Amino acid sequence: MTGYILRRVLQAIPVFLGTTFLIYFMVFAMPGDPILALFPGRSPDPAVVAQLRAQYHLDQPFIVQYFIYLGGILQGNFGLTFSGEAINDVLARTFPVTARLAGLALTFLAISGILVGLVSGLRKGKLFDATSLAVSLLLISLPIFVIAFVAQFVFGIQLGWARTTVGSGAPTADLILPAVVLASASFAQIMRLTRASVIETAGLDFVRTAYSKGLSRGRVIPVHILRNSLIPVVTYLGTDFGTLLVGATITEGIFNVPGVGNTLFQAIKRGEGPTVVSFVTVMVLLYLVVNLLVDLLYGLLDPRIRYVK
Amino acid sequence: MSSNSPTGPSAGPGADGRSATHFVASLDETPLVETDTVQVSERPSNLWIDAWRDLRVRPMFWISAALIVLVIIVALMPWLFTQTPPNNDCHLSNSNAGPAAGHPLGFTKQGCDIYSRIINGTSTSVSVGFIVIVLTTLLGVVFGAFAGFYGGWVDSILSRLGDIFFSIPYILAAVVIMSVLSQYRSVWSISLAIGVFAWPQTARVLRSEILRVKNADYVMASSALGLSRFKILLKHVLPNSIAPVIVITTISLAAAIVAEASLSFLGVGLGSDIMSWGNDINNAQNDLRTNPQTLILPSIALSLTVFAFISLGEVARDALDPKARALR
Amino acid sequence: MSEPHPTERRAGTRTMDQPLLEIRNLEVGFQTQNGFVPALNGIDLTLMPGQTVAIVGESGSGKSTTAHAIINLLPGSGRITKGEILFEGRNLASLGDREMEDVRGKLVGFVPQDPMSNLNPVWSIGFQVEEAIRANGIASGKDVKKYAIQVLKEAGLADADTRMHQFPHQFSGGMRQRVLIGMGLAARPKLLIADEPTSALDVTVQRVILDHLATLTRDLGTAVLFITHDLGLAAERAEQLVVMYKGRIVESGPSREILENPLHPYTQRLVAAAPSLASRRIVSSGQKLSEADYHPPTSARGMDLIKAAESRAAKNEIERADDSAIVVESLSKVYKIRGEKGEGRHFKAVDDVSFTVQRGTTMALVGESGSGKSTVAKLLLRLEDATQGKIMIDGADIAHLGGRELLSLRRKMQPVFQDPYGSLDPLRNIGNTIAEPLVVHRVGDRASRRKRVSELLDQVALPANLSTRYPNELSGGQRQRVAVARALALKPEIVILDEAVSALDVLVQAQILSLLAELQSELGLTYLFITHDLAVVRVIADQVCVMKRGRIVESSTVDEVFDNPKEEYTQGLLAAIPGANFEFGR
Repeated sequence: MTGYILRRVLQAIPVFLGTTFLIYFMVFAMPGDPILALFPGRSPDPAVVAQLRAQYHLDQPFIVQYFIYLGGILQGNFGLTFSGEAINDVLARTFPVTARLAGLALTFLAISGILVGLVSGLRKGKLFDATSLAVSLLLISLPIFVIAFVAQFVFGIQLGWARTTVGSGAPTADLILPAVVLASASFAQIMRLTRASVIETAGLDFVRTAYSKGLSRGRVIPVHILRNSLIPVVTYLGTDFGTLLVGATITEGIFNVPGVGNTLFQAIKRGEGPTVVSFVTVMVLLYLVVNLLVDLLYGLLDPRIRYVK
Repeated sequence: MSSNSPTGPSAGPGADGRSATHFVASLDETPLVETDTVQVSERPSNLWIDAWRDLRVRPMFWISAALIVLVIIVALMPWLFTQTPPNNDCHLSNSNAGPAAGHPLGFTKQGCDIYSRIINGTSTSVSVGFIVIVLTTLLGVVFGAFAGFYGGWVDSILSRLGDIFFSIPYILAAVVIMSVLSQYRSVWSISLAIGVFAWPQTARVLRSEILRVKNADYVMASSALGLSRFKILLKHVLPNSIAPVIVITTISLAAAIVAEASLSFLGVGLGSDIMSWGNDINNAQNDLRTNPQTLILPSIALSLTVFAFISLGEVARDALDPKARALR
Repeated sequence: MSEPHPTERRAGTRTMDQPLLEIRNLEVGFQTQNGFVPALNGIDLTLMPGQTVAIVGESGSGKSTTAHAIINLLPGSGRITKGEILFEGRNLASLGDREMEDVRGKLVGFVPQDPMSNLNPVWSIGFQVEEAIRANGIASGKDVKKYAIQVLKEAGLADADTRMHQFPHQFSGGMRQRVLIGMGLAARPKLLIADEPTSALDVTVQRVILDHLATLTRDLGTAVLFITHDLGLAAERAEQLVVMYKGRIVESGPSREILENPLHPYTQRLVAAAPSLASRRIVSSGQKLSEADYHPPTSARGMDLIKAAESRAAKNEIERADDSAIVVESLSKVYKIRGEKGEGRHFKAVDDVSFTVQRGTTMALVGESGSGKSTVAKLLLRLEDATQGKIMIDGADIAHLGGRELLSLRRKMQPVFQDPYGSLDPLRNIGNTIAEPLVVHRVGDRASRRKRVSELLDQVALPANLSTRYPNELSGGQRQRVAVARALALKPEIVILDEAVSALDVLVQAQILSLLAELQSELGLTYLFITHDLAVVRVIADQVCVMKRGRIVESSTVDEVFDNPKEEYTQGLLAAIPGANFEFGR
């Protein structure tokens, strides 16, 4: 296992360098003055411009700029927001809220997606299966902001079950509706993947062999079918974390959740370029870390990966 | 069979319980067929022919195809559906008004005709969708095909490069690009911003498919004939691995439409001078309580279009992928 | 049972002359897209306690369906539509799920076919054995582990206690099959169903495991229902044979009687076509059988391997002259692979191999999986380059050929590969597939190519109208015929057959082997025949090279190798051909 961990971590390094370089390249290799381009439709305070020029070392050659920026990232320094607050301080304030929202959403997602997928897969072609497939097709077709507005409209305005915007301090009760919205965007994919995986696994030889040993359905389904079916689902969760990040940005914005996503959402809306770049960088790094963790989890779930020949 | 069945009296166990008599079924009941006779179906069949036979009896295929045709006609010829200009005929006196004669869906806050805005926004979504898939398919097929087929260091380099692009969620990347390109917001720039980061998906799908196909015996047989590597890729490997690319492309088209709407919704998409469902949803988001149809109607148009392309991709997957067919 | 005694014999409460298993008029069918398809059409079968009965049949004959029906584990949409399965007088076909769970494992054990796919890859071996023990209530608490080790040791895993925590992929195929046998017998069932238990394994491993299984079941007094496609294997392992064909039993009775005097034409065909029996019979009669001694059943025309072998041998004795088509001299191929810790390592797939193939004859390259035999084929075909050594085709070294010379070499030498489902491009019709060599080598125009395609189809005994059809409409045997036709399109001198008949059912295999023999005498072809199946070699080849771990360990004429094997390894391979314990009475 240690060899596997080491290899995965080593493989992540070029990807880390590549992604940070790419983000930097996108911002500072574009035509024109990057600082001015980051403030669309207005002329920023010369002091701010000077401060940004210094922060991004724009007087240096491009590649040197990148390495200075990279050094900053490695020291955990992501710069300042438009209003001069350290990004790190903003993160420290907003991250716990986002973590709570994401935790709730992931819990809903895992329980509903995997459970519905499992039952659907075991009852392939039955009414439950047909219904959940139809619902999931509908959900895939709805962009997350549409889901969010419909949820706000139906549960917030029409039924009055939940608040359309999150109250101060983001009480967990207020986060339930945004979390359901966030989960529903990925529900369809997780449910379908689980279903496909369950159907495939249930047809494999070792499942028949497990039954032939005298095991009951109550044993075979969780231990042999579900356990094996989870491997591709967990792997997919890593990829899907990107969707979750974008989804969180939009959902937090719409429900006004005081989290990381909302900060990015507001920065985009207000056209605060440097803040946008900083937060996107943070999110991409988070995405890399989560995917690394998922890979390690994959190694835990699948012994064939753990013990390579 | 009844007279000399193995369980009949004559075939019963002997004294030691071990021996049974020699039983033969009558030839009438077990007629012998010539070994390995050729039995072909009435019409030729291969993957594509079978897929078409499968598709044409599925209602979902016809529903999604009809919707797509409709969307494309609306996009190309909006004037067939409405004469009302979407931007220039807005009267604040009509603000948030309900349906009226000639204005079946009512008005926005600015007093513009919602129906006209939806009809005229179609071409934006469809254009972005198609430009993005042309871009992702070009990049994805080239990267995926070379990485998968040539393997070795070519694969290592191309796949790592794909990993890097894949590691930045494409909407976030597009947010950054569009923030920087604030002066150049057009259908082309937004398509570029989405497409440049969305291709690794296509490349990965094609690569893994090519890895499956390239070791087939028929590929080796063609090498043994002296067919060049590149010709083998073009003539045997690509045709046999392109089906999943078609599926992923159809679904990417829908994803690109969602991406454009999301970016416009976030305010970093298209300029306010360009008709876009995403822009309209963005402009209406504060009116949810007072005038929900200004938000809901463009959302429905957007969702129906996305639904059409996704369902087409799904039925195509069912028809083209034997594994997906088994899931049905 | 608090103190498990794995070697204790199960004391039967019923008398020994009551049948243990009695299947009456069993009908099973599957629901498919094209409606309900019957798979078993009235099966009757009786099995006495402690007895071993073998069901023999080709793929699709219903032999595995019968096995799965007994323990009610029919795949997918399969269900029993009629008949009874009486186990000690109780009808298993009418039991509910719960009752059936008590039957499986405890009363009826099951050993599946493919050891690679029948163990769950994510659980350790110990876990999977222990859950079987617990489910059948054989032991509880700490005894479970003790008993599991005992069961595995019994099945032949001497180091069971240290390897319990390992995962299936860390075991070899043979070891996994031992685990499966151990699990199948863990609860001391009265009946063990063994569904092709060793067909996925190398021949030498097969034999050891079957011997072990036989000893175990004899000691435990377990009855065995043995399912196999190999008539020789069935006859060797069971007292009673049941021959199945298209969902029916066509013949059953004592093994010896059926082999010596097959009555049903289908059984006659099988007896004539089984390579294991054919090669064994040639051996048992000392030398080649004369025409007068042997009367093939008329129904087996065109598929009689012995006749085919003899006519080949006779022809080659006349023609044999020193004219070598292929000369291989100290050929080596080294691959760089990644070792256990990711470090670069060298792996010698082919190690100092030399042989010569005379024109118009067949050289067989025999070896188990991983012996390097297929790598030799790739080197000969210049699909890969040799690390060392020389390959001469028609006297010319092929190593440095390029451009046009390489093309003309390819024209001279064509391959047929193993997998009947991968040997043809699924998107090309048969006509285009066969014509591809002509197009690549720019032979003839459109019309003449079409004519040549019909000619070739005729040569491999396929109808000409097949040329507009696609591979998915053909059976495995027919696809291999098309692959042969494509290989012959350029009128090559040498054909390299890499396991070309290994994936086919025996009757189809016999047909293709006869076809190959005919084509050889008609066109004067030279064959390099690569196979893991020594039994087939006897009927097709003139010379044999036995390969082991990249090296040739023995090389001689077929008769010499079969009658007088020098190497222990070759002797082992020969002994592993099923039917070794079976003496033909003639």
